[in-house]
Amino acid sequence: MELPLTQHIVPGRKPLSLKEYEKVGGYQSVRKILKAMTPVEVQTLVKDSNLKGRGGAGFNTGLKWSFVPMGPEAATPKYLVANADEMEPGTFKDRLLLEGNPHQLIEGMIVAAYAIQATISYVFLRWAYKLAAQEITQAIQEAQEAGYLGENILGSGFSLEMHLHTGVGRYMCGEETALLNALEGKRANPRAKPPFPQVSGLYGKPTIVNNVETLCNLPHIVNNGAEWFKGLSQSPDSGTKLFGVSGRVKKPGCWELPIGTTIREILEEYAGGMQDGYLFKGLLPGGASTDFLVEEHLDLPMDYGSIQSAGSRMGTGTMIILDDQTCPVGFVHNLQHFFAQESCGFCTPCREGLPWVEKILLAIDRGEGKPEHLLTLDFHTKYLGPGNTFCALAPGAMEPLQSALKYFREDFERHIHEHHCPWSKVWQPSI
Amino acid sequence: MLTSEEIQKIEHEISLVPTRKNACIEALKIVQHNRGWISDESLKDVAEVVDMSPAELDSVATFYNLIFRRPVGRHVILLCDSISCYVMGYESIRDHLYSALNIQYGQTTADGRFTLLPNCCLGTCDCAPALMIDNDLYRNLTVEQLDEILTKYT
Repeated sequence: MELPLTQHIVPGRKPLSLKEYEKVGGYQSVRKILKAMTPVEVQTLVKDSNLKGRGGAGFNTGLKWSFVPMGPEAATPKYLVANADEMEPGTFKDRLLLEGNPHQLIEGMIVAAYAIQATISYVFLRWAYKLAAQEITQAIQEAQEAGYLGENILGSGFSLEMHLHTGVGRYMCGEETALLNALEGKRANPRAKPPFPQVSGLYGKPTIVNNVETLCNLPHIVNNGAEWFKGLSQSPDSGTKLFGVSGRVKKPGCWELPIGTTIREILEEYAGGMQDGYLFKGLLPGGASTDFLVEEHLDLPMDYGSIQSAGSRMGTGTMIILDDQTCPVGFVHNLQHFFAQESCGFCTPCREGLPWVEKILLAIDRGEGKPEHLLTLDFHTKYLGPGNTFCALAPGAMEPLQSALKYFREDFERHIHEHHCPWSKVWQPSI
Repeated sequence: MLTSEEIQKIEHEISLVPTRKNACIEALKIVQHNRGWISDESLKDVAEVVDMSPAELDSVATFYNLIFRRPVGRHVILLCDSISCYVMGYESIRDHLYSALNIQYGQTTADGRFTLLPNCCLGTCDCAPALMIDNDLYRNLTVEQLDEILTKYT
């Protein structure tokens, strides 16, 4: 099995230095594009490889780039931003790439910047990733000294500066337009689209924001080609993917696997199956803002289309397991507390609706629920759904709620009829 | 009053961005790094340097979880309360901290040593439950380890 992204990562070991990274073929893709490819050729290659954004949305990366104005008339400077604000609950995949091989990210960022002719780039890193911040700072310095960053890279005439920016904590910063506001020193409210960031992004200039894992794929696509990248996968989607599992499994962790590996294989072969004494009840396939899947879905391949056809999303590819000894109402209440707290408060449905959902879930969990509460929750899943809010935060929050109401409705009803939590465990955010 | 060193660092951040305002979060980080939190006085001082009104700067400062607008202890404990840590029983860690430190979320110990805050997912869900104290991450926590961890911070 070919695993390009993690081949040089040994958890717990210091990442490769620039010299070591070059010895195993590092920065070859930069030499190749600067010598032999035009920016548009790089865009076309990535589009043809069918690399889809690994931050959750799954949009074709090359296609996203193609909306950036090119040529001498285009506004300058253009910007490239690596979205390393990993803050989706249950998601810990980019941390592996950031701590494990920072030069791979920098190389990918140079490729992306060249493809859109960006001259200034940022790594927007989550404050909590202290080790990653150290490693990236050192790697940027090494890359600068070796001439891969800065003025006139390798004598090509192409220049790129790179800065590390650490955030100060807010889930909204993961949304690309909110991230740009945060970078500009503003509240991280999302922006209206259009204009899209490709045309008017950071400081009103053309900007691309790509996820860390997306960027880390680029050197390998440049070196090995689009067909090779497609061949890594066991599904219509190309490449490998970092998949993670957390919860009551024997060996929680994060592994690079071909896209299209089945959920069952990831759960049983890699995560070691459920811990003794715990039974599988359901899972969120790709972070907190994805719909539950249950037993009947375990043989589905983890690819964008298959998970979507089952009513969920592959999202970030990091699964959270619900076991039989965890109360599903408490589980969903915990998620809604997070979303209510992290709502930026800009649009009314999200600001008002999410706290209401949270309150109802706490009432149900305490045994104070009424049958009509379930209808109120159903109502919210529609009215906080896609198209009714300014950004994707509230619709994302509704995904685990609507599917919990579908698959675990009996558990919600038992709380209401029995007037207490059958698990005898009420989650209270701050007691 | 900001120190000349603080002003110098803020001016450096301002030199990297198009307008003075764009450096306001970096400016708040610099002052908080030195003083632990952003007092009303610091807020006004920073606002003047970055050419914003105090109210406008406060709207930014209060938006972010990790800019502290109230005093904190010498060490800040950020306990993850998001989904994977919930499933893995972080509540026993929280309850132990409550009793060991005799404080609840948002409070500071009487000796000014610790402030305890809940925090969103720390991105280490395969090693839940987890918390951070200052810049240090602790994972796969058990109640038994907690007391020893706390003794490292004076």
